[in-house]
Amino acid sequence: MSTIQIRLNGEPYTLESTVDTPASAADLVEQLGLSDRRIAVEINEAIVPKSQLAETHLAEGDEIEIVHAIGGG
Amino acid sequence: MTQLIDTPLTIAGREFNSRLLVGTGKYKDVDETGAAIAESGAEIVTFAVRRTNLGQDADAPNLLDTVSPARYTLLPNTAGCYTAKDAVRTCRLARELLDGHNLVKLEVLGDDHTLYPNVVETLKAAETLLADGFDVMVYTSDDPIVARELEAMGCCAIMPLGSLIGSGHGIQNPYNVRLIVEQSQVPVLVDAGIGTASDAAMAMELGCDGVLLNSAIAHAREPLRMARAMKRAVEAGRDAFLAGRMPRRQSADPSTPFAGRING
Repeated sequence: MSTIQIRLNGEPYTLESTVDTPASAADLVEQLGLSDRRIAVEINEAIVPKSQLAETHLAEGDEIEIVHAIGGG
Repeated sequence: MTQLIDTPLTIAGREFNSRLLVGTGKYKDVDETGAAIAESGAEIVTFAVRRTNLGQDADAPNLLDTVSPARYTLLPNTAGCYTAKDAVRTCRLARELLDGHNLVKLEVLGDDHTLYPNVVETLKAAETLLADGFDVMVYTSDDPIVARELEAMGCCAIMPLGSLIGSGHGIQNPYNVRLIVEQSQVPVLVDAGIGTASDAAMAMELGCDGVLLNSAIAHAREPLRMARAMKRAVEAGRDAFLAGRMPRRQSADPSTPFAGRING
């Protein structure tokens, strides 16, 4: 089993990923327990639509932001 | 009986009966947030976009469960952004979060001491967002020239500050707000600075189309009661504006006829 290093919400994060089964954005969201949450995902400053999370593979050094709604004016 | 009708507030083709817009920040908890918003009668509710807490509070109540997109028109704001780039990214994240909903409140700040709008970055961000298909309600200074520029670009609502965000100092330059109201073809809403009900009424009496506030309710001793006060103040101010105030006079003018006095 091999791993890749990404940055997730500004912090280093290690993710299992192999050549045969590369980790997807959907895998990451599921691993974080956020699958049924209302979130938005950005990879390297580009939005990844919900419909494309499963087919979006993550690569070493990717910068991921996962955001949600909070109270604000 | 005469029907005292008003036109709805129309923003980018969407119609609203309430002219009070409220934020969801600074409340004790989501229950208080939900109750205060319901009491305010607001139909447009702002929220912020922030990084998800990872590995903690997994079961924390979600704001969008309390303030449901099915019930309210949600208005993501870009509070906390200091550059056009960050504001644009935030709006795009919000659009994804809300399944394509494209109405946003653009707010690009100058510094964290004043939270005063950085109009240079605001103009840049507005241009990018408008080109990307967003309907942009824009927070700005009370400068009528900047307001005119933002309207000409295509922003769907101009939202000058009354005074600094969270200051509760009310409308510090009513003459500028009035100038912006008079020149604008799109809705003008006072956003920021409202401290109490009379401030909200004043904004409406100046001819504003609406008021956006947050702290004035959330930081009141009794938020629910203040939410109701704001609702009534906005309605009262709107009616007073439509009714047309009496002229100010230099001298007294008796309300009661002099004729027929017993000492006459």
